[in-house]
Amino acid sequence: MKLQEQGAQPVASVKVPVAQPTNPLAFVLGFISKTLVIAEVEARKILHDPYDLLTRAVQPALWLLVFGQVFTRVRAIPTGDLRYLDFMAPGILAQSVLFIGIFSGMSIIWERDLGIIHKFLATPTPRAALVLGRALAASVRGLTQALIIFLLALLVGVQVNWHPLALLATLVIVVLGALIFSTFSLFVACMVRTRERFMGLGQVLTMPLFFASNAIYPIDMMPAWLKVVSRLNPLTYEVDALRALMVRGGVSHYGIGLDVAVMGLAVVVLVALTAWRFPTLAQ
Amino acid sequence: MTAIIQVDGLSKSFGEVRAVNSISFHVEAGEVFGLLGPNGAGKSTTIKMLTTLLPPDAGCASIGGYDVVRHATMVRRIIGYVPQALSADGSLTGYENLLVFAKLYDIPRRERERRIREALKFMGLEEAADRLVRTYSGGMIRRLEIAQSMLHQPTVLFLDEPTIGLDPVARAAVWGHIMRLREEFGMTILLTTHYMEEADGLCRRIAIMHLGNIAAIGTPAELKASIGDPEATLDKVFVHYTGGELETGGSYREASRARRTARRLG
Repeated sequence: MKLQEQGAQPVASVKVPVAQPTNPLAFVLGFISKTLVIAEVEARKILHDPYDLLTRAVQPALWLLVFGQVFTRVRAIPTGDLRYLDFMAPGILAQSVLFIGIFSGMSIIWERDLGIIHKFLATPTPRAALVLGRALAASVRGLTQALIIFLLALLVGVQVNWHPLALLATLVIVVLGALIFSTFSLFVACMVRTRERFMGLGQVLTMPLFFASNAIYPIDMMPAWLKVVSRLNPLTYEVDALRALMVRGGVSHYGIGLDVAVMGLAVVVLVALTAWRFPTLAQ
Repeated sequence: MTAIIQVDGLSKSFGEVRAVNSISFHVEAGEVFGLLGPNGAGKSTTIKMLTTLLPPDAGCASIGGYDVVRHATMVRRIIGYVPQALSADGSLTGYENLLVFAKLYDIPRRERERRIREALKFMGLEEAADRLVRTYSGGMIRRLEIAQSMLHQPTVLFLDEPTIGLDPVARAAVWGHIMRLREEFGMTILLTTHYMEEADGLCRRIAIMHLGNIAAIGTPAELKASIGDPEATLDKVFVHYTGGELETGGSYREASRARRTARRLG
């Protein structure tokens, strides 16, 4: 004999009342507050373990102190009126924010392997808020990097533009850059899902992003095909804006308005794409 | 009869493998319902579909009257979920882990603190609240995870292998807390477990899954009677319906994950 539940007897279903925000304003406010909660989680982790931020500052320090100092002396790269060190400092800031952003994908895979992501996805939090919150957390880390790089720049004698508005605008660009590359990294993580594949791909993607940009040499020096790639690379626009804002005498090639527009568009597209793929992390 | 969970012809395939094969059952309000079966029987896949994490290929399911696909957000508001794998964040304190979920579940600011304190007290974690979770024992982590999922007083609580990898003492403590949740808050609980004797004592009704199907469903007494031996242990019932195979699927990756979870909790 087999025991089976008979479909014959209809079962009355209980309807549980649920309060649901109906007006759009409440929805938007809810979205913003959820995004901030997710970012807060990451910020609290930074507070519990701030040493992590210092180890991350080692690489940009090497670039500025070693590579920058040497190439400033060699004068091998034509950087117009700027000294090479002043030219590359914004590039190194953008690079360190890029690396911080790419790390987001690694941590999401780690949390997926544990089961933390599953629990977040089972809450009523909008998926885009889960993505944007994490990206915002990368921005917080990016800002701490900016602080360290400004100190280093001061140390090696970069002609930093200390005008408060320029400083503020620099930080805004840093935030935008971190949003772009962390959502990009989250998207890649959603596609590959395993740590091994992500590590491989992370390397394969970050170095070309860095070298196919104007971070450490001007685009004019590049062969034609690389110029095209660079013009499509969001990092180029981030560096372009930073160069105009961070150092005295720095100029933007494309105009800061275009830089910000390109970066803003990249953020919107990447958040939308990632929010769409994000739920597959739990499957 | 009033059903809080309704499942009708629910199916899910992964490539060629039919993980869940058109299953139907219901869970009544306030009952503890056990989903038993060998590894790879489709238990976790079923739970993932019911908690809106995995879209079904066919069939439908509703929780508290809301369809898990069409009204996923409503479903998420009324359920609590403790995944099999580790889901508390080790780099935050116990209190912070609770605070985050209190905020995500829209618990009003003035009530937050009280609910968190209550949950900590309920799960016996008051002393450890301000310690980083990575210093917790396996049993404490599980209790914290359950505390996280009860903050918003869900109508239905889903527990995927809540006692896996725990020693007998910690296991008994976790079960004790789960039963009190049902008694004090009238929560409906759907759980999966490998421990037959525990399922026997704690679940009002049990469904035994095998190869993506429900092989049998009923109260422990009914299941035992169904194999013609009312004195049988649930182990014997289980072997009868699943052919005694302990594993029918899974993968290297799943095994590695399960081991890792067990190690972290142990």
